[in-house]
Amino acid sequence: MTMPMPMQAGPIPLLSLCALSMRFEKRRSLSDTLARRPQQVVSAVNDVDLDVMPGETLGIVGESGCGKSTLARLIAGLHRPTAGDILFEGKSVVGLKGARRRAYNRRVQMMFQDPYTSLNPRMTVRDTLREAITVHRMRDGAAIDRRVDELLDLVRLPEGAADKYPHEFSGGQRQRIGIARALSLEPTCLVADELVSALDVSIQAQVVNLLIELQDELGLTVLFVAHDLRLVRHVSHRVAVIYLGAIVEIGPSEALFSKPMHPYSKGLLAAAPSLDPSARRRAPALVGELPSPLAIPPGCPFHVRCPHATERCRREKPALRPVGAGMTACHFAETIGDA
Amino acid sequence: MRVQKKTVVLDVRHLRTEFGTQERPLVAVDDVSFQVAEGEILGLVGESGSGKSITLRSILGIIRPRGRVAGEILWNGQDLVPLDEARLRRIRGREIAMIFQEPMSSLNPLLTVGLQISENLVAHTDLDARARKARAIELLDLVGIPAARSRLDDFPHEFSGGMRQRVMIAIALASNPKLLLADEPTTALDVTIQDQILRLIQSLSRDLGMAVILVTHDMGVVAETCDRVAVMYGGRLCEIGTTTEVIADARHPYSLGLLRSIPRDVAPRTPLYSIPGAPPALNALPPGCAFSARCPVAGGDCADVRPRLQGAGALRQVACHHLQDALAHFGPREAAQ
Amino acid sequence: MTVLTQSHARTRGRLQTFLVRAFTRPSFVVGIAILGLSLALALFPQVFAPYDPLAFDLQAIQQGPSLAHPFGSDNFGRDVLSRVIWAYRVDMQMAFFATIFALLIGLAVGAFVGYYGGIADAIFGRCVDAIITFPFLVLVIAIVAVLGPGLINMYVAITAVNWVYYARLTRAEIMAQKANDYAAAGRVLGYSDRRIIFRHLLPNAISPILVYWMTDMALAILLGSSLGYLGLGAQPPAAEWGVLIAEGRNFLLTAWWMSLMPGIAIVLTGLGFSLVGDALADLLRPKGR
Repeated sequence: MTMPMPMQAGPIPLLSLCALSMRFEKRRSLSDTLARRPQQVVSAVNDVDLDVMPGETLGIVGESGCGKSTLARLIAGLHRPTAGDILFEGKSVVGLKGARRRAYNRRVQMMFQDPYTSLNPRMTVRDTLREAITVHRMRDGAAIDRRVDELLDLVRLPEGAADKYPHEFSGGQRQRIGIARALSLEPTCLVADELVSALDVSIQAQVVNLLIELQDELGLTVLFVAHDLRLVRHVSHRVAVIYLGAIVEIGPSEALFSKPMHPYSKGLLAAAPSLDPSARRRAPALVGELPSPLAIPPGCPFHVRCPHATERCRREKPALRPVGAGMTACHFAETIGDA
Repeated sequence: MRVQKKTVVLDVRHLRTEFGTQERPLVAVDDVSFQVAEGEILGLVGESGSGKSITLRSILGIIRPRGRVAGEILWNGQDLVPLDEARLRRIRGREIAMIFQEPMSSLNPLLTVGLQISENLVAHTDLDARARKARAIELLDLVGIPAARSRLDDFPHEFSGGMRQRVMIAIALASNPKLLLADEPTTALDVTIQDQILRLIQSLSRDLGMAVILVTHDMGVVAETCDRVAVMYGGRLCEIGTTTEVIADARHPYSLGLLRSIPRDVAPRTPLYSIPGAPPALNALPPGCAFSARCPVAGGDCADVRPRLQGAGALRQVACHHLQDALAHFGPREAAQ
Repeated sequence: MTVLTQSHARTRGRLQTFLVRAFTRPSFVVGIAILGLSLALALFPQVFAPYDPLAFDLQAIQQGPSLAHPFGSDNFGRDVLSRVIWAYRVDMQMAFFATIFALLIGLAVGAFVGYYGGIADAIFGRCVDAIITFPFLVLVIAIVAVLGPGLINMYVAITAVNWVYYARLTRAEIMAQKANDYAAAGRVLGYSDRRIIFRHLLPNAISPILVYWMTDMALAILLGSSLGYLGLGAQPPAAEWGVLIAEGRNFLLTAWWMSLMPGIAIVLTGLGFSLVGDALADLLRPKGR
């Protein structure tokens, strides 16, 4: 179980998730306990195997509540998985404490969605960056402030930004501060959880450009978690589509977006508003809604919404298997994918 | 202005909405004019602070904090601006209905969905109790809520986000409105659910001949749903025309930039076009073109002289001094795939 | 070095703008004036009091307010004004000592259970339930009754009950702040829990607690006076407003000033704390958003 899964005999993955699962127990009220109602468990991430290669951008897409944010937080070490393992450069990083945890997080940093709550409102940008640099002893003495200026320059924040408070910045600028804070530790891997989804469209492009540029410049590995398919397609080398906490399809970005194999990926792509008014549809691309993660359907988790579902899908859970250029978890991927 | 086959139901002329003191007003909507015909879906796009939501709320007279509305809002020929609250209320909710971004906060959490629909039916129709219930079921059915009959007695929190938005639409439809104002109705929803709601609004508009104004920040939503689109920036209209024209062949530098910053038909991981700077604050707008500070083709006159909306083609108007420069700067656009 | 001076200048600038904002606010100015005067009276009563508060003057028993005795004199001929002024020392002490330990314990416990949750939080919840089921005053009186009357025992009793209220408030504030992503960012940056709690969460959580502390000091004076009145707090002949009111109780009809004057002092000081507390609540609210 805890062995890294050798997917292919190629380069060694930077990060491997092995049968990773995360369940949250809902707090039970006294009346529930007395009535012997069973404890409710939210299965946010279910048995995910995933390799992240050094230097690549792996896009993770799915609807809200599909577990993509939980996955990001697991990798950043904010949650301890209920089952499975996370390997970083071949070593398990689950449940690290103290100095070893610090050492891991120096290599793997995270950026958050909400530009308004992800910065401490009572600290100036300089205080925020100085703190990260000094705690990890990245620089000493006067070099600390030089590094602060360097970082602000790196994320293209204007001079004089250092001594301002977060509330003096716009949303896009705050996300840049978040990026600078993550970069202050000179990490190898960045986890970007919906980095731009709270921003205006014209600002999104600025931040995405910055991210791509920095990645190429610094040779970073990026996990780009987002729900905007166009953006994920643009920045990612590979993309994983998540449905109810499990990967239903993973493959090279262009292949997946131009020819999705899993019926859910197909529906998701079709539902995303295209900029082509002539491609209008009268019927929605996908019917039904995401089932509650409190009660994941048996068999294929997508069968309740799938237009192609058969008896087999209701009984038997499909495994992720190589189909076309990537891997797909669908019994009928070949026939559906080519349709 | 121009000939339309369908009758114009709403004609907004020189709408201006401002807040703050008389001496130093904050102008949120400035000289905005547009028309909506029956059965037509008009998209109002813009970024935060562009005045798109305020425009919508000005029509119904529900702006908060209280702002001053000037100009004309002709609803079937009757000007809504000078109407007092009582007379406005007779139109609001009956002839013109509105749905919001966050359905949970606009539904009463303590009343069942059935009650909330029939409340609206009591206010705007003279159906008896039995007919109201039948109509409520019909409405829930119409907006695609499965097993409508059994869900009448459910409370709002028992519905998912997408279903709540459907309930909101059902309540709005109870009075057979002629115009539906939708303020970012799908922004809080996932793509597959957003798609469902947009298709629903589209079919309702088509089948009931209902005019819709759809406020959104997403060009994709406009492209897939709206017949015409008005692009707003800094409280002013910069471009208005049919969706096909504006999306496939935008002319205003802002619309062009906005469309170009959305990744499509570009090589992966290449820099996206990005509009420099950030949207302006309402108290720092130049006297001229609101976009001049971020515009790549702005000339010396742009910040001082306000460009008027001018015809560019039969069905489109653009407010820009440098249309030719804009086209040259952005280059011809390949046809969307 | 330049960096250091820069940051000093920054802090000074921040303090300056804060003070400007504070002193252009009438409620703050009035409140701080009252508290300043109270503090001066408490620190240097001998400067302000015209008489020895304990000196009997059998020539001047229960005289009404006059030029010689502006607040009148009591049944032993002691000057009421001097006794009210000397009482500032005891009562201002009470305001501080009856609350400061509750504040500190409450901050520590509240921050701990709010941040870590789990079993500690569950136990804390039961403790709170147990303590707040009793009426505040009754519980304090019961504890003082066991320990014996006196100021120190009164502080112990009030602290024993009062910390719960601070802890509850702190817990809620810390939990609210912890839900923000900057707390998660701190963890991903590898910061220690101590750093996250004290450098990040507490500074953002503390404003409402400080405001509560201000109003609580006013309440502490009331409570201390009540206990003094009941004979459980400060002991006669020490001058304390509650004690003074109790002494005048039998002479309400003949020498009303004996109870009224210390009563006014209580109200005025309480008002000072409340005004400052209110003003702080506005001033400390974070800007932006």
